[in-house]
Amino acid sequence: MSNILVYAETRGAELRKIALETVTAARSLADSLGGGEVHALVCGPSGVAGTAEQLGKYGADAVVVCEHAGFSNFAREAVAATVAARAKSGGYRAVLIGFSAQGRDLGPRVAAKLDAPIAADVTAIEAAGDSLTVKHPGYANKVIITLSVKGSPAVISTRPSAFTASESAKAGRAETMQPAADPAAERVTVKEVQTGGKGTIDLGEAPVIVSGGRGLKAPENFKLVEDLAAAFGNAAVGATRAVTDEGWRPHSDQIGQTGRQVSPQLYIAVGISGAIQHLAGMRTSKTIVAINKDKEAPIFKVADYGIVGDVMEVVPALTEAVKAAKAHH
Amino acid sequence: MKIAVCIKRTPDSESRFRIASSRTGIDETGLKFDVDDFASYAVEVALQLNEKQGPGETVVVAVGPTPVQEVLRKAMSMGADRAIQLDTPSQPFDGLAVAKALAAELKDGGYDLVLFGKHAFDSSAGIVGTAVAELLGLPCVTSASKLDIANGRGTARRELEGAGEIVEFPLPAVVTIDEGIARPRYPSLKGIMAAKKKPLETKPAQLGDVRVTVTAMDLPPDRAAGRIIGEGAAAVPELVRLLQTEAKVL
Repeated sequence: MSNILVYAETRGAELRKIALETVTAARSLADSLGGGEVHALVCGPSGVAGTAEQLGKYGADAVVVCEHAGFSNFAREAVAATVAARAKSGGYRAVLIGFSAQGRDLGPRVAAKLDAPIAADVTAIEAAGDSLTVKHPGYANKVIITLSVKGSPAVISTRPSAFTASESAKAGRAETMQPAADPAAERVTVKEVQTGGKGTIDLGEAPVIVSGGRGLKAPENFKLVEDLAAAFGNAAVGATRAVTDEGWRPHSDQIGQTGRQVSPQLYIAVGISGAIQHLAGMRTSKTIVAINKDKEAPIFKVADYGIVGDVMEVVPALTEAVKAAKAHH
Repeated sequence: MKIAVCIKRTPDSESRFRIASSRTGIDETGLKFDVDDFASYAVEVALQLNEKQGPGETVVVAVGPTPVQEVLRKAMSMGADRAIQLDTPSQPFDGLAVAKALAAELKDGGYDLVLFGKHAFDSSAGIVGTAVAELLGLPCVTSASKLDIANGRGTARRELEGAGEIVEFPLPAVVTIDEGIARPRYPSLKGIMAAKKKPLETKPAQLGDVRVTVTAMDLPPDRAAGRIIGEGAAAVPELVRLLQTEAKVL
């Protein structure tokens, strides 16, 4: 009863970063329960079986592959039915799901189907007798809530970037299963997807985020932020609520209490004063850099490194310096 | 249309929080409570839909102890027709248990649409709306930033990770509401007076087994105090050096 089922999220036939983080979290939970198995379930179009080797490398004993052309886009009802069907068949101690856009949708569905207790957006999981003890930042990250989750299986969704994916080679033996519901019969149908542009890195996955605020003065000055992000090569562009409310950037770029909550390795705040609403979305970043002309701005209280100055002058200089540093590598 | 809006009472999100001496909750002294932000957008969406589409009913529902009546009255002062409190001794933290209580209430209500905020500020988990949809067997659309209803079908825009998505779905359905969709109206004096006479029904919540409980609350560790390393473009070389040697992120 100490096996753990993981929903390993894919995009097309590729694994997402959150999938490896969740498998890693499941591995350490299984080990702490006395060495149960980790089973990773992937739902995707033909070719998704190719992810098995990588899932094994990160600690999956078995990879359950459910291929169907209808899974090339996230078919929420069919995926939920499939995860629940597998969870029922296996006598699992827990079902782990990443707290991504997909996982937010999936977790409560699976929990309701299984009548299983659920805790969402957790940053730590520990076994405690017949319960699991989890930590979940609530109140817009201002309070860390410790929850006791009693019953098997428990559905737990893991916060992106809270668990660091690490290798721990296991067999990763592949099994297959059929979808438990027809992915072509979704009641909610997607008519159109409006993407933020080709090649952009999602804010939840980017190791570096360069974010702009009202200090940039005009929408066209976001070019400075984009150039700096491009110099890093692996950076996403974010924005404050003030900026998305003004329509300078799409709503989906907003970082903060009511937008995305991110924890990259490096967060660069450009022309951002540091309102509580914004800090709630980025204060768990590993390293924070702030560039702002007002040395009293609250952002400097949380920034590891601050530069007081005109963003129009400092940011281009930083972009050139980052390009030079990258060229040396 | 007959629309149910499930709302929650949460503290003002701009507050500074302290932990209560019990260590299992926040210290509520001096905090201002109101309809949760996302839930208030959901109330506004319901009112606008019914205003636009002619005769309908907007029913607000909340799970929790007596103080939730304040936010139910507030929603009625905005224009909701009636309210249902599903009474509990304290505010439960078990999202599935709350969903079960709501689903039991809504099941035979004949609602065309059930709205929620995309999540509540305090629990920040986004469990209840989707779980209610699953328990009622209804289609569910989460994080809608636009919503149109016509001829028994809905169209919504959802905000995803770096993309927007337009979806269609049949009614009845559950929709959770993101921000940017509608600015909640302020209750008028007339609305406040009228709300006092609108029906507020209280029934015990059928939570079932409560299996998720709070064992502790803590404030997050403070970040080390910030450090200003210099002024203007002249400070850039030092920043790059620190990013390479100290933070090791470049």
